[in-house]
Amino acid sequence: MTAVGAPAERREGREKVTGTARYAAEQPLPGRLFARPVPAAIVRGRVTDVDDTAALALPGVVTVLTYRNAPRLAPADDATLSVLQDPEVPNRGWFVALVVADSPEAARAGAAAVRVTCAEEAHDVTLTAAHPRAYVPEKVSGTFPGLRELGDPDGAFADAAVRIDAGYRVPPLHNHPMEPHASTAHWDGERLTVHASSQGTTAVRAALSTMFGLSNERITVVAEHVGGGFGSKGTPRPDVVLAAMATWHTGRPVTVVFPRRMLPTSVGHRATTLHRLRLGADSDGRLTSLVHEVTTYSSRIKEFVEYAAIPSRIMYAAPNLRSLHRVVRLDVPTPSWMRAPGEAPGMYALESAMDELAGALGIDPVELRIRNEPDTEPDSGKPFSSRHLVECLREGARRFGWSARDPRPRTHPAGPLLFGTGVAAATYPVQARPSRAAARALPDGSFLVEVNAADIGTGARTVLAQIAADALEVPLERVGIRVGNSDLPPAPLAGDSAGTASWGWAVHEACTALAARLAERQGRLPEEGLEARADTKGTADAESPFARHAFGAHFAEVSVDTVTGEVRVRRLLGVYAAGRILNPRTARSQFVGGMTMGLGMALTEGSTLDTASGDFTESDLAAYHVPAHADVPDIEAHWIDEHDPHLNPVGGKGIGEIGIVGTPAAIGNAVHHATGVRFRELPLTPDRVLTGLLEAPQHPARADRPTG
Amino acid sequence: MGSEHGPRSAPHRSETTLRVNGKPHTLTVDHRRVLLDVLREDLDLTGAKKGCDHGQCGACTVLVDGRRVNSCLLLAVALDGSDVTTVEGLSGDGEDPHPLQRAFLDRDAFQCGYCTPGQICSALGALAEAESGHPSHVTDPGAPSGRPVALDRDEIRERLSGNLCRCGAYPRIVDAVQDVTGTGST
Repeated sequence: MTAVGAPAERREGREKVTGTARYAAEQPLPGRLFARPVPAAIVRGRVTDVDDTAALALPGVVTVLTYRNAPRLAPADDATLSVLQDPEVPNRGWFVALVVADSPEAARAGAAAVRVTCAEEAHDVTLTAAHPRAYVPEKVSGTFPGLRELGDPDGAFADAAVRIDAGYRVPPLHNHPMEPHASTAHWDGERLTVHASSQGTTAVRAALSTMFGLSNERITVVAEHVGGGFGSKGTPRPDVVLAAMATWHTGRPVTVVFPRRMLPTSVGHRATTLHRLRLGADSDGRLTSLVHEVTTYSSRIKEFVEYAAIPSRIMYAAPNLRSLHRVVRLDVPTPSWMRAPGEAPGMYALESAMDELAGALGIDPVELRIRNEPDTEPDSGKPFSSRHLVECLREGARRFGWSARDPRPRTHPAGPLLFGTGVAAATYPVQARPSRAAARALPDGSFLVEVNAADIGTGARTVLAQIAADALEVPLERVGIRVGNSDLPPAPLAGDSAGTASWGWAVHEACTALAARLAERQGRLPEEGLEARADTKGTADAESPFARHAFGAHFAEVSVDTVTGEVRVRRLLGVYAAGRILNPRTARSQFVGGMTMGLGMALTEGSTLDTASGDFTESDLAAYHVPAHADVPDIEAHWIDEHDPHLNPVGGKGIGEIGIVGTPAAIGNAVHHATGVRFRELPLTPDRVLTGLLEAPQHPARADRPTG
Repeated sequence: MGSEHGPRSAPHRSETTLRVNGKPHTLTVDHRRVLLDVLREDLDLTGAKKGCDHGQCGACTVLVDGRRVNSCLLLAVALDGSDVTTVEGLSGDGEDPHPLQRAFLDRDAFQCGYCTPGQICSALGALAEAESGHPSHVTDPGAPSGRPVALDRDEIRERLSGNLCRCGAYPRIVDAVQDVTGTGST
């Protein structure tokens, strides 16, 4: 039996359940100070004065850093990291001071005592589809064109036998990992060490090196345990810079923990997306035109585009296809990655529109998707390395009991409750980035594998050890692994569902090379052991002739309370085709976790940019509702055996994000099936649902006519 | 720093004795200091986590005199003489983890681990509450008062809803709790 594919227990599990796993803020260094940032209370303008007299008079306050006295740093590649460098305020919540004190209480009192005076300028934080400053970005996500057009989508839509033309809205969403962003920095002689809550410390080290003018050799960034990130810790965030500045300034260890309420404006969020979907089909349900147009925003200081029209380039065989992004630069906090950026909101819109089309045609929504299965990737024309969406849909339908479904909406009332079921497809791209790794054989027969991976709760340590054990052909328990330290061989971030593919590729190569050297060698190993290293630059990032994506199908059953408007999920089931599943135990946890976040996106999570204050009104966990225990039923995640030789040596497609992708549309489609009312704006909170039910005409089954 | 600036700004501190995981600690605490920060900063017991500092997430849950509490909401100075149990104290001096900790490992009932100590302490508090007959929102109103409440999955979900988990380990946490109540299936 191989180690890969076995349900190995998490290597750091015991530390986590006994409370001994230490996170970034949990570093008891002698003389440690605590710092608290002061956010701007204006939307746009500049700081004209900071009066720190009262703050400095408080017991325990050591110093107050502002743009006037903070260390001058070289510009960062990411403008959101250039904090306390100038008096400009680009958005509400931008940090304008940092209070450093000898206790968290003193830092909090000091922050409250700092008086900041600002000159305020007019601002605009309101996104509309017709915003006059909207433009089409040349690229989204660095590589994809903002606009792609095939054939004549407008002409084909006009000529289509059946048409859907619908708008959807996904509100701002917040990552809110349970561990807030935190860093502890200290000087160890000439060396800067930072414990950071980060999804990738190689990149954190590079940013600190650039900004502070220190060579990489003088910086160590550690992320042994990370309390979740979901994209919001994917690149360095301001906590790292502030902690390093404060220790630079004071010479003492400093911990910075961002208060929960400051996270929405300071660490990135998923921006609002406004979608217009136009689907044209012949009377058999074959798509003749697919138009997906997305309008979103970014901040003034950085262009980040939620690339939500991308999945429409991949999913269905529409010969005439337009996918378009438009972005408006507003005076808002800078948006960033949140689990399945692009795919999660994009597939909510596309898969809701497909459900509307199925209704208009009178075709089963599973069957409609199967009828539009493409032979090659529609946008690129490339062959798929593997694509088993149809198998996922069929297997999910079988497990869910879909065939017994009465397709007519609002046919399952029980007292005040309405019941319904829905389906949606999911997709997520397969990616890999270059990584390095080292593997060492030791004289006692054990092995040590080193790679600067980050285990953010995925089980990376565990699965990388499994990959190593198989490449070395030794039992799993003889393989030790070190991750989460920038002194280890450099590696990319835990993100894009590409961590295991990227790190695992390098680990596999290093271990394969070591095994070959051991096979040639005779006699006892030297004291320091025998080492092999690998670098996958040029191989992991080589262009592929294939379109490589994971696919999945989501099925949901809901109840809708016609008295309160409350939607509850009764069942949620996902089936995935994601290549080889390397550890079924931790994989299932990731799939179920993604689906849970998708349930939140569908029903409970929504944020609002207040027009006047420029702030998010749902800024903490009492106002921004992530799903709680009572919201989450038993969730089923399954996968089909998929062998894809065109991916990477370990054969996995990445599993961290696809679970969220189809879940919101599956739930939304189930709510339509239950009520006969089509809701096109998330989340489906009781106020919105009840209003929709009350406004629906007498025959709600007819209420789902497409609107502009 | 920390120098005195006259009576208005002098730090207000008092001596407080807490018994934590069976060991007495007498501390001179800042009156603003909450139990969570005493545990984490004064006693270096970092198992209890700071997720929100506002009683909204449950990551800081510990047991005070046997009852579960959000330790970020309790001023330490008001707890003089209390008995505090944290996740570090659950297995006593033994090598083996507490059965609920073992169940979390068996069920893979966590991912990032940040909410986990709070989930475990909260579940132990909930088990004790159910045993002593405290009803929850989903308890049958006709159930006899004061008798132990059987914890089915809906009861566990309801009673643990003050403990958020962003990784989405909820179904497996329910499995783990059922393992120790003996009400689960395999």
